[in-house]
Amino acid sequence: MGRQLLLEHIAVPGIETFEVYRKMGGYASVEKALKTMTPDQVTEQVKNSGLRGRGGAGFPAGMKWSFLDRKSDKPRYLVCNADESEPGTFKDRYLMEKIPHLLVEGMITSSYALGAKTSYIYIRGEYMYVLQILEKAIREAYAAGFLGKNILGTDYSLDLYVHPGAGAYICGEETALLESLEGKRGNPRLKPPFPAIAGLYASPTVVNNVETIAAVVPIVNLGGDEYAKVGVGKSTGTKLISASGHINKPGVYEIEMGLPVEEFIYSDQYCGGIWKGRKLKAVVAGGSSVPILPAELILKTAKGEPRLMTYESLADGGFTSGTMLGSGGFIVMDETTCIVRNLWTFARFYHHESCGQCSPCREGTGWMEKVLHRIEHGHGQMSDIDLLVDVAKKIEGNTICPLGDAAAWPVASAIRHFREEFEYHVKYPEKVKNPKHFEIEPFVSSKQLVMV
Amino acid sequence: MATEKETIQFSDSALSKAKEIIGRYPEGKQKSALLPLLHLAQSEFDGWLSPAVMDYVASLLQIKPIEVYEVATFYTMFNLEPVGNHLLEVCRTGPCWLRGAEDIVKRIEQKLNIKVGETTADGKFTLKTVECLGSCGTAPMLQCGATFFENLSEESVEVLIEKLAKQKRSSYLRPTEINVG
Ligand SMILES: Cc1cc2nc3c(=O)[nH]c(=O)nc-3n(C[C@H](O)[C@H](O)[C@H](O)COP(=O)(O)O)c2cc1C
Ligand code: SF4
Ligand code: FES
Repeated sequence: MGRQLLLEHIAVPGIETFEVYRKMGGYASVEKALKTMTPDQVTEQVKNSGLRGRGGAGFPAGMKWSFLDRKSDKPRYLVCNADESEPGTFKDRYLMEKIPHLLVEGMITSSYALGAKTSYIYIRGEYMYVLQILEKAIREAYAAGFLGKNILGTDYSLDLYVHPGAGAYICGEETALLESLEGKRGNPRLKPPFPAIAGLYASPTVVNNVETIAAVVPIVNLGGDEYAKVGVGKSTGTKLISASGHINKPGVYEIEMGLPVEEFIYSDQYCGGIWKGRKLKAVVAGGSSVPILPAELILKTAKGEPRLMTYESLADGGFTSGTMLGSGGFIVMDETTCIVRNLWTFARFYHHESCGQCSPCREGTGWMEKVLHRIEHGHGQMSDIDLLVDVAKKIEGNTICPLGDAAAWPVASAIRHFREEFEYHVKYPEKVKNPKHFEIEPFVSSKQLVMV
Repeated sequence: MATEKETIQFSDSALSKAKEIIGRYPEGKQKSALLPLLHLAQSEFDGWLSPAVMDYVASLLQIKPIEVYEVATFYTMFNLEPVGNHLLEVCRTGPCWLRGAEDIVKRIEQKLNIKVGETTADGKFTLKTVECLGSCGTAPMLQCGATFFENLSEESVEVLIEKLAKQKRSSYLRPTEINVG
C-alpha cells in the first residue's frame, strides 16, 4: 500500500471520537497554524503543496485561496462542498462517516487561513445520518476548545455549522450550492462574479470539496514542499478513489498519485480484479461525467504507455483517447455490460438533475434520454446514433454551468468508442429485448476485450 | 385552510430545535434555515409537506409562503403528497444498475404488489427509484428514511420489508437499527 496521508488511522477503533483522534495526533495542524503561522503563511503552504481541488475540476486550491477578496469589509466565508452526488463517487461520505474530525480539523485550519469567522459544511440531504456524525464531532471540538471563542487561547474565533441539502445534484455546483445555502432553489449563477468576490450573501467566499479541505491537515503538518514530494508532477499528494462496479473489492482507496491504473484494478490491495473471473470491458474513471474508455485505452494510452492515476495521464490523448480524473469515481464494467443501457441510466440522471435554466441542457438532456431509451429497447434507427452525437455537441459549451457538458461527454465518448454496440441494438432489436441481453450473450468485439 | 393552519404547530422540542437552527445564520439571513426546517417539518408531520405545513414554516422564517413553495418543489427529498410509513427509495443509477438494482426493484414490486411510484393499500410502503445516493461501492442499495440499506440481495430485501412492516413510521432524521445481513 502506498503512503496514506488522509486515511492512515481510519482503522483505529474509536477514531470517530475526539479522544482517540486527538491521541493519534489529531488537531496538530490547528495548533501549528494558530500558534506559529500567520493566515497567509498557511495559504502559502497550500500553494506550495500543489494541491488541486478534489471535487472534480482540479483547480489549484492555493490559487483559489489567494483570489479571495481580503480587502472587502464584508465577512469572509469558507463553505465545504459535501454534496457528493456525482454517480460513482462516495469517498467524501466514507471520510466524514469514519473519520469526521479530519474534516472538522481541516475546516478550522482552512478557515483560519482565509479569515473566516463562520463556516458551513453543505452536505447532501440524503446523508442525514452523516450530518449527525459531523455534528457530534463538532460538539466535541467545541468542548475541547478547538471551536468557538478564542480557540486555544488565541484571538481567533470560529463557528462551524453543517447544513443539509435536499436531493439535487446541481447543488454540488458551487454557485448553486450557495443559492441553496441561502434558502433558494439551486439554480447556478452566471459567473463572474466568482464566489471569491461575491459568494455567500454576496460576501467573499471559498468553496472547497471535503477531500480538499481534509488534505490541508497533512499539508500544514508536513509542510507544502514535503506534501508535494508525494505523487507525480502536477498531480501531488494522495487521492481518494471510489471504486465501484464489477470488481472483487469495491470501496474507497487512498492512492498515491501516479499508481498505474492496471495495478489499481488488478492488485489485491485495491480493486482485486474483475469479479466472477470475467474480462474488463470499460471504465468510467472519474465519476459519471467523464468520458468512458474501453479496456485497452484505460490500461494504456494511445501511445502505448501505461496509464497512471494522475490528472495528466488520464487526460492523455484528450477526448479522442483519454478521459479525466474528475472526482475519482472509478466505475468498472465487465464483458457482460451493455454500454448503451449504462449510458441510458446516466442520461436519465442528467435529465432528472438539470435545473432547467438553459434550454440546451433542459431540452437536450431529455432528448438524449428518450433516444437512448429507444435504442436500448430495440426501437431505434441508425440515424438516432448521429442524432445523439449532434444533440451532445449542441449542449456542450452552450450552458450556464458545466452540467450540460457533463451530460454531453458520456454520450459522445460512448458512441466514439462503442459505436458498433449502438448499431447492434438497431440491427437486432429482438436480441436486446431482454434487459440482460449481454449477460446472456456478451457482445463480442475483439478490440474491446483485454486478457490479463 | 385557516382552521387547518391553527392545528399545525411544532412540538416544543422541534420548535426549540428550529430556533437553534435559525440562529446559525447571520442576522437578516434567516431564510437560509429553510431547507433544514423543511426537513424538520417533514419529519414532524407524517413524512410530507402539505401547503399548511409549508405556510407554517414560512411564518417561522417570516418569509412569503411562495418562497417556501418554490423551494419545496425544487428539491426531490420533499414529498408534496402523503407517502407510506416506509418510503423505499431504490437507487437505479449506473453503478447500482451494474450490481443488480433492477432485480431489487422487481423483487420489491412483486413482494408488495405495487409498481414504482405507488403506495400499498395499507399505507405502509411507498416505492420510488432515485438517483445515485453515494453508496455505489455497497450496491445495490436503498434508502428508507434516514437509513441506508446496502449490499442488498433479492433475499435480504424481502427480509427487510418483513421487518419494516412490523415497525412504526421510519424516521427521516434518525437511522434505524434494523439489520438484514
Ligand atoms: C453539476 C456539478 C456538480 C458538482 N458536484 C460537486 C460535488 O458534489 N462535490 C464537489 O466537491 N464538487 C462538485 N462540483 C464542483 C464544484 O462546482 C466546485 O468546483 C468544487 O466544489 C470546488 O472545490 P474543489 O476546488 O476543492 O474541488 C460540481 C460541479 C458541477 C458542475
Ligand atoms: S447547464 Fe443545466 S443544470 Fe446548469 S444551469 Fe443550465 S440548465 Fe441548469
Ligand atoms: S449508483 Fe447507486 S449509490 Fe451510486
